[in-house]
Amino acid sequence: MITSKRIARTVAEATVTLLGVAVLVFVMLRVLPGDQITASLGIEAGMMTEAQLDALRAYYGIDQPLVVQFLGWLTEVASGNLGFSQRTGQSVLEMTASSLPVTLELAILATLLGVLLGVPLGMLSASRPNSRRDGGAQLIGLAALSIPSFLLGALLLTLLARILRYNPNAMGFARPLEDLGLNLQQMMLPAIVLGFALAAPIMRTTRSAILEVKSQDFVRTAIGKGVSPLRVQVRHVLHNSLVPIVTMTGIQFGYLLGGAVVVEQIFSVPGIGRQFLIGMQQKEYAVVQSTVLVIALLFLIVNLLTDLLYRIIDPRVRTG
Amino acid sequence: MTTNEAAWLAVEEAPPERERLWRRLMASRSGRWGVILTAVVLGLGLLAAIGATPYDPISQRPIDRMQGPSAAYLFGTDQFGRDILSRSMAGVATSLQVAIVAVIISAVLGTTFGILSGFFGSRVRGPVNALTNILFAFPPLLLALALASVATRNWFTVAVAIAIVYIPIFVRVTRAPVLSLREADFIKAARVLGFPSQRILFRHLLPNIMPIVIVQVTLSMSWAVLTAAALSYLGLGTPPPTPALGSMVFEAKNLVAIAPWTMVAPGLVLIMFIVGLNLLGDGLRDALDPRNESHS
Repeated sequence: MITSKRIARTVAEATVTLLGVAVLVFVMLRVLPGDQITASLGIEAGMMTEAQLDALRAYYGIDQPLVVQFLGWLTEVASGNLGFSQRTGQSVLEMTASSLPVTLELAILATLLGVLLGVPLGMLSASRPNSRRDGGAQLIGLAALSIPSFLLGALLLTLLARILRYNPNAMGFARPLEDLGLNLQQMMLPAIVLGFALAAPIMRTTRSAILEVKSQDFVRTAIGKGVSPLRVQVRHVLHNSLVPIVTMTGIQFGYLLGGAVVVEQIFSVPGIGRQFLIGMQQKEYAVVQSTVLVIALLFLIVNLLTDLLYRIIDPRVRTG
Repeated sequence: MTTNEAAWLAVEEAPPERERLWRRLMASRSGRWGVILTAVVLGLGLLAAIGATPYDPISQRPIDRMQGPSAAYLFGTDQFGRDILSRSMAGVATSLQVAIVAVIISAVLGTTFGILSGFFGSRVRGPVNALTNILFAFPPLLLALALASVATRNWFTVAVAIAIVYIPIFVRVTRAPVLSLREADFIKAARVLGFPSQRILFRHLLPNIMPIVIVQVTLSMSWAVLTAAALSYLGLGTPPPTPALGSMVFEAKNLVAIAPWTMVAPGLVLIMFIVGLNLLGDGLRDALDPRNESHS
């Protein structure tokens, strides 16, 4: 079983990693040319006297030594205050509360599509390696791996809008509770684009895992005992190939939480990736810092859950 | 020199296996297509690098704006009358520049850290592990985005941003085999012979993990091209007026209703580039895998 000692160690490791992420993000943003003042006032900042600039720096707290700024930010974050956006006055916590569910919905839909496409394709190509069937499945996998999501997204968006005059994403974003139908239509295209890209690694992992399991003695025994082929495929082969597939899916799901930036941008989906991108463009230190921290935290949690999940699937890992 | 040492020196010489590798690579379908596609795209990029494009990719010719594909302009022109084929070729050169530099940096640093942390005990492994964990806690594109917006943006800072994202991958990929090689008899023998660590690392360990590094380099090239294109699509790549494939797709997206040809050349070149590199990586992996020896 999973011991409490193990959990304590994992949590300690995750904390160290998060702290490292915090330091990295903080340092990175401070190397950016231009500060919050030039970002919010633009060219007018150049017309201010040194005294006015000093006053503003003191107001924003960026006149303090870096270590003080960092510790101050960390203390605030620990007490649940993720900072405020200069531009809108909204708190980052509020912004995240509104953007995170959107990204989660998109990531879940995309992962679902990726698994639904990737696992059967992998099984199909592993059922007869080096056959024409295998070649076809691998070709689809190669396309999924190689077509950039921004290209596929831009193509789908413009083709549908041009030929069918269909562009649900041009309307204001609908939340699932307000208008589920429109929401799903708006989520469909980005989920397809992300799911297609996701299918490639899932398909490849499925294929190699199944090929590995298929050659083992217990599968031959099962076939020899006269177990029906479908049952052998699902109960014996697929079940024993699940660990790498689940791991790969978990990792990819984690990537989606922050890595969907481009697709969120193309389809104007107000998710957390877009929140990060807009913060980045407007040099909103607080927004970017806290958003990245939230994404990294989620990523670590997803990896942890994946780890737990395959302990449940494969009892051997529990004792091992 | 003792006979023993001479024997070990003989082992250190690389066997003439380059030719065999090439033959095995060309024997597989994915390897063959990978070589062809990569060579075509590389050729286009190199032509652009020496200035041998049909037209100047940057100068604007307002009279010829928004022309469809014709004999004069094979893939048409954009809203400034620039030849799309020439711009796509120059875009390949830009991505090549970024991707090659990014992969060289990440491969050299990542492999070095990987070997060192695998070979020397926990004193090196601890910090290297912590650092890779931190870098791995970011989704790769997010990290590249954040890094690419730091400092003055030019092609080199973009390359460094991508390199940093891929360093941990090289660390992980090389560390595992070093950990098991460390216990191999030929390494133990080299130690008993009193070879300095440097020599064991570079002449015994490195050649043995080279196949893994080569495959990883090829696959990383395709990711680097993809990431560079995604960054430039978001307006965070190599800044204009230098043509970049991502920003060309971005511009084409807004023109596609009136000038659909603007997306064809950059999109096609980009896909060919990435497909070629992926196939080449797969082909190399199969060709370099000793388990496949009997198949060829």
